[in-house]
Amino acid sequence: MAASLDGGYIALRLRFQYPVRLKLAAPLLWLPPLAFLVIFYFYPLGRILQVSFARGEGGLPALASQFMSTPYVARVLWFTIWQAALSTLLTLLVGLPGAYLLARYEFRGKSFLLAVTAIPFVLPTLVVAIAFSALLGPRGWVNLALMEILHLPQPPLQFVNTLGAILVAHIFYNTTIVLRMVGDFWSHLDPKLSQAAQVLGASRWKSMLTVTLPLLMPIILTAGLLVFIFDFTSFGVILILGGPHFTTLEVEIYNQTISYFNLPLAATLCILQLVCTLSLTILYTSLSRRLSRPLSLRPRSYTQHRLTSWSSRILAGLLVLFLLGLLTVPLIALATRSIISIEPANSQQPIQSPKLTLDYYRELSTNRTGSLFFVPPTTAIGISLAYATTTVILALCLGLPASWALANNASSPLSRAFDPILMLPLGTSAVTLGLGFIVALDRPPLDLRASLLLIPLAHTLVAFPFVVRSLTPALYSIRPRLRQAASVLGASPLQVFRVVDLPLVGRALFVAATFAFMISMGEFGATALITRPEYPTVPVMIYRFISQPGAFNYGRALALSTLLMGITAAGMLVIERFRIADVGEF
Amino acid sequence: MAAGLSLHDLKKSFGETRALRGVSFDVHQGEILSILGPSGCGKSTLLAIIAGLETPDQGEILWDGASLAETPTHRRGFGLMFQDFALFPHRNVFDNVAFSLQMAHLPNAEIRQRVKEVLELVGLSGFDKRDVNTLSGGEGQRVALARSLAPYPRLLMLDEPLGALDRSLRERLVVDLKAILQKSRQTAIYVTHDQEEAFVISDRIVVMNAGKMEQTGTPQAIYRHPASVFVARFLGLNNLIRGEVSGDVVNPVVNTEIGSFPISGRIQGQVLLLVRPDSVQLNVDGKNQLSGIVKETTFRGNTCRAVIIVNGVALTFDFPSNVSLPEPGERVGINFQPDEILQVISQTE
Repeated sequence: MAASLDGGYIALRLRFQYPVRLKLAAPLLWLPPLAFLVIFYFYPLGRILQVSFARGEGGLPALASQFMSTPYVARVLWFTIWQAALSTLLTLLVGLPGAYLLARYEFRGKSFLLAVTAIPFVLPTLVVAIAFSALLGPRGWVNLALMEILHLPQPPLQFVNTLGAILVAHIFYNTTIVLRMVGDFWSHLDPKLSQAAQVLGASRWKSMLTVTLPLLMPIILTAGLLVFIFDFTSFGVILILGGPHFTTLEVEIYNQTISYFNLPLAATLCILQLVCTLSLTILYTSLSRRLSRPLSLRPRSYTQHRLTSWSSRILAGLLVLFLLGLLTVPLIALATRSIISIEPANSQQPIQSPKLTLDYYRELSTNRTGSLFFVPPTTAIGISLAYATTTVILALCLGLPASWALANNASSPLSRAFDPILMLPLGTSAVTLGLGFIVALDRPPLDLRASLLLIPLAHTLVAFPFVVRSLTPALYSIRPRLRQAASVLGASPLQVFRVVDLPLVGRALFVAATFAFMISMGEFGATALITRPEYPTVPVMIYRFISQPGAFNYGRALALSTLLMGITAAGMLVIERFRIADVGEF
Repeated sequence: MAAGLSLHDLKKSFGETRALRGVSFDVHQGEILSILGPSGCGKSTLLAIIAGLETPDQGEILWDGASLAETPTHRRGFGLMFQDFALFPHRNVFDNVAFSLQMAHLPNAEIRQRVKEVLELVGLSGFDKRDVNTLSGGEGQRVALARSLAPYPRLLMLDEPLGALDRSLRERLVVDLKAILQKSRQTAIYVTHDQEEAFVISDRIVVMNAGKMEQTGTPQAIYRHPASVFVARFLGLNNLIRGEVSGDVVNPVVNTEIGSFPISGRIQGQVLLLVRPDSVQLNVDGKNQLSGIVKETTFRGNTCRAVIIVNGVALTFDFPSNVSLPEPGERVGINFQPDEILQVISQTE
C-alpha cells in the first residue's frame, strides 16, 4: 500500500518536474539562431544557386557539362584539388612524427610546445602570408642575408609566387591540426597493442604498420580531410604567396566578383566548390564509420613515458626543434622585420646597414600619398575593433540560446536535427559567404549593402560555430545535481549562481567571446568581398599595402601584421588558459 | 649452464620509484613459475624487461646461458599475454591468432593448420571468422592464449591473465589454463596477485614485494613456511604475535603474551610468532595449549571463523562449517599440534 502510494507520488512529481513554461522555452531558444542562419546563410546560398542557374539554359546538367568543358575552369579546379592533396600529404608527413612524440612521450617543454603549436592555427591568413614573405620573400631575412653575404644585386631566392610558398604556408598552417587531433587520439591508444605485436614477432616498424597505423587510420583520415578542406578553400595564402600564376576556385570566385563583376560565373564556381567539399564530407563520414574500431582508450598517465636513451632524446630534440622552427621562425621573422629598417626608401639605392626603428609603426598614422580616399591604418584598427566588438555581441547573443538548448536537451530530436546545421557555416568557404551576402542582401527588404552591420554579420556567421562549440560543453557540465548539491550544502540561490554557474559558464563565455573577437579581427575572405573602401579592416589594409610598391608600404604591412599577430597570439593564450573542455573538437 | 631462463640481479627505476631492486631467479624448461605479489610490486615491469619491452638499469637476462641484451623483443621468441588481452580490434579471431605466423612469413597452408590446432587446444574451434570485439571475457582470454601459443614460444609469460574476469569464471579457467599449458609442455611465467590462482597453476612461486623477492618455493612450502611477515600477511595469515626467543641453543623457547612454546630452528632475539588459523580444535579433553574468550563468530560458507581473545590478544581461527561454535562470551580451550600450527618468523625485514 505504502509502496504504491509512494510510486504514484513519484510519478506525480516526475510529471510536474518541468513546468510547461520551460518545455515551451526549448523550441523558443532555437528561434534566434535558426532565424539568423536562415536569413544570413541559407537565403544567400539559395540566391547563389539562383544566380548561377539564371546564367545558362538547360538546367544543371547542361550547365555542368558546358562548365567543365571550359578548359580554364577545369584547370582551376584541377589545380585546386592537387595543390590541396599535395599540401595535405606533406602536412601529414610533417605532423605525424610530431604527433607520435606528443602522444607517447613526456618531456620537459612539452606544454610549451603545445602552446606554441596552437598559435598558427588561429593566425589570420594574411599574417601568415606576410610572415613568410618577411622570412623568404624578396625583402625577407633570408634573401637580405644572402644578398649581403654574396654581394648580389638581386634577391637570389625565389619563394613568393611559387608553388613551394603555397605548400610551405599550408604546412605551417595545418600541422597543428595533425599534431593535436592525431596526437590526442594516439595518446589514448593502448600501447599494449603494439607491444603485443612485438612480442608476437613484429619489429617495431612492422608493428607500427600492421597494428598502430590501421588503428589510427580513422583519426588520420579525419585530420587529413579537415586539412584538405582548409587547403581546398585556402584564400589569403594563394592570393598573396601564390601570386597571379596560381588560382584556386576560392581565388577565382574572388577575382570574378571583384575584378570582372561576373557574379553568375562566381556563383557557379561557388556551387562547384560546395559540391566538392560536401561530397568529401560524405565520403569521409562513410569511410571513418567503416574504419573505426571499438577501442578501450587509456589515460595519458598510462600511455606516456619519459625519453630514456640518449639516441631517442636526440631524435626527439631534433623533432621538437624542427617543429618549433617551422612554427615560430616565420613569426619571429615578421616581428623582427617590422622593427628593423634595412632598406632605402628608393629601391635604386643600396641596402643600408640594419637599424632598429619604429618608423613602420609611426607610418601607420601618416598619409604619405595625400590621397583624399586615404584611410590611416590606425583608423582601420579602430574599425576592426568596432567590428570585432559587434561580432562578439552578436555571436554570443545567438550562440548562447543555441548552446543552452543543445546542452539542456542533447538527445531531443530538435537538438539532433539542428546540431549539424549549426556547424554548416564552418564547412562553407569564407568567400562563398561573402558572395552570398553580395547577391542576397542587395535588395529590399534586406538591403544591407550600405549597412555597417554587413561585415559583423558575416563575421558572426564564421564565428558562430566556434562560439557554440565552446559554450555547449561548459553548459553541459553544469548538471542539475551540482546546483542541488550546492543548495543542500546551504548555498542560497544567489550563492549557487555565484559559485556554480558563473565560474563554469563565465569562463566559457570568455573563451567564446575571445574566439569570436579573434575571428573577426583576422577574417579576410568574406571581408575582402563585401568591405567598403572607406571602412577597411586591418587585414584589408594589409592587403592594400602589399599590393602597392615601395618599402614603406611593405613596412606598414609588416607593422600591421605584427600587431594583428600579437592580438591573436594573446587571444589564443587566453583561450588555452581558460578553456574547460576541448574547444577544438569539430 | 641451466636450460631455460636465468635472471641475474635485475634493477630498474622509473624516476624516483625503484620498480625492481635486484631480482634473480631461474625458470627451468617445462616449468610453470608464478610471480605472486600485490599490485605495484614490480611484477609487470619484470615481465616487460624479460620480453624486451623495457631495458633494465642493471642485471642480465640469459636464455640457455646466452645473454638476451642485444636481442630485440620480436626476436626473443617469448610470448606475453596481457591482462586485458590486447587483442587487435581491427583483425578477426583468425588474423589475431595468425599474426605471429604471418610475421614469420610461414606458408598460408601451414598458418591455417596451426591456427586450427591452437584454437582447438583452447576450445574455440570454429571461431575463426568472429569479430574479436564481440567475444565474451572468457572467449577473449582463450583467443589471447591461442595467439600467444601459436608460434610455439619458448617461454610464455602471462600477466594477470584472469584479472579482468569475474571470480567464478576465474576459478574455472585457471584449471583449464593449467591443463592447456601442461598439455603443450609450455615453459611459463604466470604473474598474479591472487594466491589461490598461483597455488593452483604453479610448480614454483616467487613472492615479490616492492621490487624485491621475498620467498621462492613450491606452493606447499610457501604456504606452510612463509619466510617473512610480508609473505604471511599476503597469504592471509594474520595471527602474528610479538615474542622473544630464549633458552639454550638446543631447546629454544619463544616467549609471548599468550604463552611460551618450544620451537625448532636457529632464530634468535625479537621474533614474530605465527599462529596458523586452521587445524586447531576447540574444547578437546586433554592438555589445552591455550584458553580464551570467544569475541565473535562469522559464517563464511564452507568455513566458520571465530575471533578468540587469548590473554588480551585477538586470534582468528577457521573451523569446518559443521563444527558447532560456542557463543560470544564463552570461554573455550584451544588444542593443537605446536609444530603444525606455530612458526617463528624473524622480525627484521
